[in-house]
Amino acid sequence: MGVGIRVENLNAWYGKTQALQDINLNVQANHATALIGPSGCGKSTFIRCLNRMHETTPEARVEGKVKIGEHDAYDGTSATKLRRRIGMVFQKPNPFPTMSIYENVAAGLKLNGYHDRKHLDEVVEKSLVSSALWEEVKDSIHKKSGASLSGGQQQRLCIARALAVEPEVLLMDEPCSALDPISTGKIEELIFELKAQYTIVIVTHNMQQAARVAEYTGFFLLGRLIEYGKTEKIFTNPSDKRTEDYITGRFG
Amino acid sequence: MRTRFQQGLDELRQKLLKMGGLAEQAVDRACQAYLDRDLTRCQMVLEGETQINISERQIDELAFDLLAMQQPMAVDLRFILAVTKINADLERVGDQAVNIAERVMDMVSLPAVDLPVDIGRMSAAVSAMVRRSLESFIEAKAELAQAVLEMDNVVDRMRDEAFITLVKTMNERPETTRQALDALLVARNLERVADHATNIAEDVIFWVRGADVRHNAPQEGNGQEQPAQRAASETH
Repeated sequence: MGVGIRVENLNAWYGKTQALQDINLNVQANHATALIGPSGCGKSTFIRCLNRMHETTPEARVEGKVKIGEHDAYDGTSATKLRRRIGMVFQKPNPFPTMSIYENVAAGLKLNGYHDRKHLDEVVEKSLVSSALWEEVKDSIHKKSGASLSGGQQQRLCIARALAVEPEVLLMDEPCSALDPISTGKIEELIFELKAQYTIVIVTHNMQQAARVAEYTGFFLLGRLIEYGKTEKIFTNPSDKRTEDYITGRFG
Repeated sequence: MRTRFQQGLDELRQKLLKMGGLAEQAVDRACQAYLDRDLTRCQMVLEGETQINISERQIDELAFDLLAMQQPMAVDLRFILAVTKINADLERVGDQAVNIAERVMDMVSLPAVDLPVDIGRMSAAVSAMVRRSLESFIEAKAELAQAVLEMDNVVDRMRDEAFITLVKTMNERPETTRQALDALLVARNLERVADHATNIAEDVIFWVRGADVRHNAPQEGNGQEQPAQRAASETH
């Protein structure tokens, strides 16, 4: 099951440049939350702080509190252990190119020391079913490499790979920006179904997509969270003039 | 800035204003035709309906295109939805004007009789409601629209009074029944025009404030009215 995320006074820097300023946000468990805002506003940095990927960038640092469920993400727990609970899907599908479909999905489990063949078979199938890819690839999961799939299939393979380690949270950083409308539709349907089991945070530049998949939406601007609330409210009658200007395209 | 989109919204606004002018003119002409027993004006109302119907279709087509091609959000989305609803109300206002003109044509074919109903006063009130509802749209002012809502009760009362006195006349002077019935239908048509003006005012409030005030619905998001109102008045 998904868990809620509680962020308090989060600040993040790249060297001397502050990328996030005093972010306070509660992400609801088992819901999809969309983060929108112009390029460079801090939304990707924000989700990278949730799974402690931000600190992997040279000279980057974070201050503040992030609680994933009951656990403090920055209390000394190892980042690897944390990331096991938080799956991530990126803008460009990035399957391991030389591995088969099966090996791609099983990779995370194997890294975590699971080698029982029967167990791996079960998890691979379950994950591919969950990511709505199973029917399309079930006859060739050992023969075909991840890289041989179409872009949309590769992205669903990456989702299956993230789901295989049974995370509680799924972070998606513009997961459909490189996909055609049909593949995008499939991923959006998938997000809708995955909410039952996972907490989803999705960064997107496509506002219609945010409106379609997310119950909550946050608007970031210049490193600050300007407005956060129910998606229908944000897109029909936002409270802040800056949100209104951004979503109606009056910026600049 | 989405220039082409803004141009589309401006065009939609201009077309609706023109439509509003036509509907307002139709009601005024029909009422004047009643007061003067003027068949020429009746004819003008009947002929004007075609243009109103053409305008209605053009506005719907443009609104539909903007929705499909530009995916409007927030204040722009509310604006386009409000325009399509106001458009439908204005077309119905045109229909009511035609109904009034037809009643007048019937009355003119009959002997003139003195009836205890002040259609002139009622039409002045109704015209003011239509005019103010359109002004509230032009100026994106929810306060003006609010004033229109408050006038609706006055017109309702006038219609009720007309009903009572005209039914009484029919009983007491049966030879005037047809004229009295025509006058009663005119009063009812005017009251319906007032209802459409009320709908228009409600749609303006929805566009400007993002609040649904139909059927005395509770006003939501009072705290958010100012930014939404500012956005509506700045951009339109």
